[in-house]
Amino acid sequence: MSEQYLKKINVTVNGMSQVAQIPPRMTLLDFLRDELDLTGSHAGCEHGVCGACSVIHDGAPVRSCLMYAVQADGCEVTTVEGLSEADGTLSILQDCFCETHAMQCGYCTPGMLIAGHSLLQENPSPSEMQIVEAIGGNICRCTGYRQIIEAIALAASRLKEAS
Amino acid sequence: MKAAAFDYIRPDTLEAVLEALDRVGDEGRIIAGGQTLVPMMAMRLVKAELLIDINHIQTLAGIQTSNESLSIRACTRQAEAAASEKIINKLPLLAKALEHVGHTQTRNRGTVGGSIANADPSAEIPIVARCLDAKIVALRKDGERQICAGDFFYSAMDTALEDTECLTEVRFPIWSEEVVGSGFHEVSIRNSDYALVAVAAQLATDFGGKCTRAAVAVGGCAPAAVKIDAVEKALVGKPLSDAALDEACGLIMEALDPDTDVHATAEYRKRVAGRITRRVLEEARAEVYEARNE
Repeated sequence: MSEQYLKKINVTVNGMSQVAQIPPRMTLLDFLRDELDLTGSHAGCEHGVCGACSVIHDGAPVRSCLMYAVQADGCEVTTVEGLSEADGTLSILQDCFCETHAMQCGYCTPGMLIAGHSLLQENPSPSEMQIVEAIGGNICRCTGYRQIIEAIALAASRLKEAS
Repeated sequence: MKAAAFDYIRPDTLEAVLEALDRVGDEGRIIAGGQTLVPMMAMRLVKAELLIDINHIQTLAGIQTSNESLSIRACTRQAEAAASEKIINKLPLLAKALEHVGHTQTRNRGTVGGSIANADPSAEIPIVARCLDAKIVALRKDGERQICAGDFFYSAMDTALEDTECLTEVRFPIWSEEVVGSGFHEVSIRNSDYALVAVAAQLATDFGGKCTRAAVAVGGCAPAAVKIDAVEKALVGKPLSDAALDEACGLIMEALDPDTDVHATAEYRKRVAGRITRRVLEEARAEVYEARNE
């Protein structure tokens, strides 16, 4: 890519420090997908409507298509790949998504997982309305949301048992 | 959808920001939360040669209160404002409006100042700013000015802010009346999406229940939020009876001249504005009664 402007960034992604030269116009989403090959975060609408690109940025869920990668310099980012164990073992929430059939085409799933994970970190026993609110910024065109809500509720009860 | 190429700086001080703005003029844009600017740039509705990132300027974050006003620094995140005890206690109308702002992911990034500076016609924070006549503080290299919300919002995405100015703070007045109540409600297609119509209202009465002050602003029915001054005239000096509220709603509907678009017809918007106004006035009245009985 021939770009007029280039900036050096150092971002910690899923616990690993990543140094890169990137053009400022590159979104955090494109950086994760195209530069780091972390294609779990999905590019749905690329203008902040669908939520499929959600990642955790310095502890809070954000849309990675609405941030430039250069803005994440010095920050910590967790993507959907970072939710499972290093050996690929799925998290409790991810298991619950499988169990309740909380996905069909899978496009929204990474964003839903990030939203659900962030909710459970903050609130281990969410009400159904709180779950609905937490995934309110994520669009799913297959499931009708019902199973996604079930998955997050199931994960909440499993996590409570485990602790 | 990718933005056109631009250069980027991340100054540590406000002075450096103002210096850069002064140097590049209309070729520069400030980026804070980016929740409006980044999509606009992706769709190439906005182009900038230089983005000036103000996210790392310590003095641009935080909420301060005095007896007369509550000041929110420009880079305060919407999520932080929504959780702020100061706002909940001192400015309940804004707290109610903040519940409707964006989604978790956008509130974590989006800022209060950005919501004002980008002036979406149905964004909630500008409606409250307009309702309460907030003052918007704009800083440039050679000085500072305060702009009244009534003079600030020109049209959709168009404000009194000049190219060389940085919005640093929004000051919401706190009413000094003993008995104050407020209400905020909106109708939108998807929960937390931009509103088709949104209404903010604040009322004050004396201890006898007579209205001493009233403010109502409507969003989504014009290119910028509108404050309907006729409502104040209709309510002040009277008890807040059902008839008085009906009259106020009638005045709102008369004053509005919304457009039809793909989401809603002008007639629908107007009717919804009337219904929501009734609801928020009732909510504000209930709070006033409650406060009087305490």
